[in-house]
Amino acid sequence: MNPSHPDDSHPAGAHHDLGGALLGAIDRCEHPRTLYEMRVDAMLMRLTHPSCGAFKVDAMRRAIENYSRLEYEGLPYYDRWIKAVRQLLVEQGILSDSQINERIERIRAARNQQGN
Amino acid sequence: MFTQGTRVKVQDRQISGHCRTPQYLKGKIGEVIEDTGRWRNPELLAYHKPGLPMARLFRVRFRQIDIWGADYPNPIDTLDADLYEHWLEDAEHAVAEGA
Repeated sequence: MNPSHPDDSHPAGAHHDLGGALLGAIDRCEHPRTLYEMRVDAMLMRLTHPSCGAFKVDAMRRAIENYSRLEYEGLPYYDRWIKAVRQLLVEQGILSDSQINERIERIRAARNQQGN
Repeated sequence: MFTQGTRVKVQDRQISGHCRTPQYLKGKIGEVIEDTGRWRNPELLAYHKPGLPMARLFRVRFRQIDIWGADYPNPIDTLDADLYEHWLEDAEHAVAEGA
C-alpha cells in the first residue's frame, strides 16, 4: 500500500485530508446520538438552509480544516461543528463573541438556580 | 470539458485554501463516467463568496490499484470521485507532454 500518512506526504495544515492514511482499523460501532449532537446537527441544517443562508457548508468545512492539528484531533466530531458554527456566525456579523458569551452565561446562571 | 470515457489525470498541486480534491487522488489517472453539470465553486463558497463562475463537476472512476499500488488486493475494485474540471487534465495530453 502507498504510505500516505498525513505526517509524511500531506501538505502542512491538511490534517483533515485523511484518505489512505495508515491509522489502523475503523471503529464501526454505532454510538447512540445524544441530544447535544442532534441539536448541533439541527442548528447547522437550519443555518445552511437556503431560507436562512447564514453560511454555506463549504465555509463550515473550511473553518474546521483550519483548526490546528491538536484541536482537530482533540475535539469530538460535533464539537468541531459547534466551534465552527460559532466562528462563522461571528465572521458573518450575525452574532458577536460577547453576545454569545453573555447568552451562555445567562443559560448557565439559570441552570445553576434550578440546582443543576 | 471532458466527454464520458475520457481518461483524465488529477492535477498534483497544493492550494492554500479550501480544497475538495483529496490528496490521495492527486496525480492519479481515471476515466470520466459522468458530467454532473455546473455548480458553484466550493473553493470560493468556503469564503462567503458567491462561488462564480460555476465550475463543471465530473464523476471520475479510478482503479483502486492505480491509487494504492499493484499490491492492492482486489484488482477489479474501483472508486468514483466527484472532481471539478479545474483539477483535471486530459491524461493522454499530459503523457504526451511528459507531465
